[in-house]
Amino acid sequence: MPDRMTAKTVPIVTEPDVIIARQMGRSLASRLGFSVIDQARITTAISELARNIINYGVRGSVTFCGIKGERGEGIEIRFDDVGPGIPDVAKAMSHGYSSKSGLGVGLPGSRRLMDDFDLRTAPGEGVHIVVRKWL
Amino acid sequence: MASNFPILRLGRTLIVPLMGDLDDRLVLELQGEILGRIEKTAAAGLILEVSALDFVDSFMARVLNDLTTMAGLMGTKTVVVGLSPTVATILMELGLALAKIPTARDLEKGLAFLNRLIEEEDGVGDPDAG
Repeated sequence: MPDRMTAKTVPIVTEPDVIIARQMGRSLASRLGFSVIDQARITTAISELARNIINYGVRGSVTFCGIKGERGEGIEIRFDDVGPGIPDVAKAMSHGYSSKSGLGVGLPGSRRLMDDFDLRTAPGEGVHIVVRKWL
Repeated sequence: MASNFPILRLGRTLIVPLMGDLDDRLVLELQGEILGRIEKTAAAGLILEVSALDFVDSFMARVLNDLTTMAGLMGTKTVVVGLSPTVATILMELGLALAKIPTARDLEKGLAFLNRLIEEEDGVGDPDAG
């Protein structure tokens, strides 16, 4: 279990909150010393997953913290929502699902952008995602 | 003509730098302005200049796709200009290749590409002409 520095939580209720979460994530990633391209990966993953909260999760929150563990230092971001959950996770995670319109690449895309990706969901119990990226 | 967004005109081409944080509302406004300007100026080309964007997510990719499609419906050709290596990498990793949108490395090349397309189209004779 990595050590966590003080965590910060941003409520995600409306679209502007996605932008706030993004900026906070980028700022933390920059302070932690991530490269420019990794900052962009982290920012993009936050944007995708926070938008999913707005689009599918009714509302929720994003929580950031710096972490220290066996793999060194990094960033950990949690996404929690109160929506209906994902009925078919395998389908949602398969690349190409609805990707024509740009929708649906959020989950598999974010998994590719980050190092660790953990998703928990159950019908009626929302979606809870934890992603990590290591320096 | 005042506008919330910078929309530059060069000959028959409109140049729109995309910047800042766009949300759904601003995107709708921007789409409306661009289409209005295309109609007003009979623009044959549209350049979406994205060098100010330091990342492009699926939302922005869809904005670019939609703008290209809408402009196309009005007979206008679109080129995206200014994708940085960072953004190109991330688009690939996200699994979005922007396959349907022509891109060019910089503004000059984008304009040259559009002008060639426009000239080719102008060169086609009007079948109804006497």
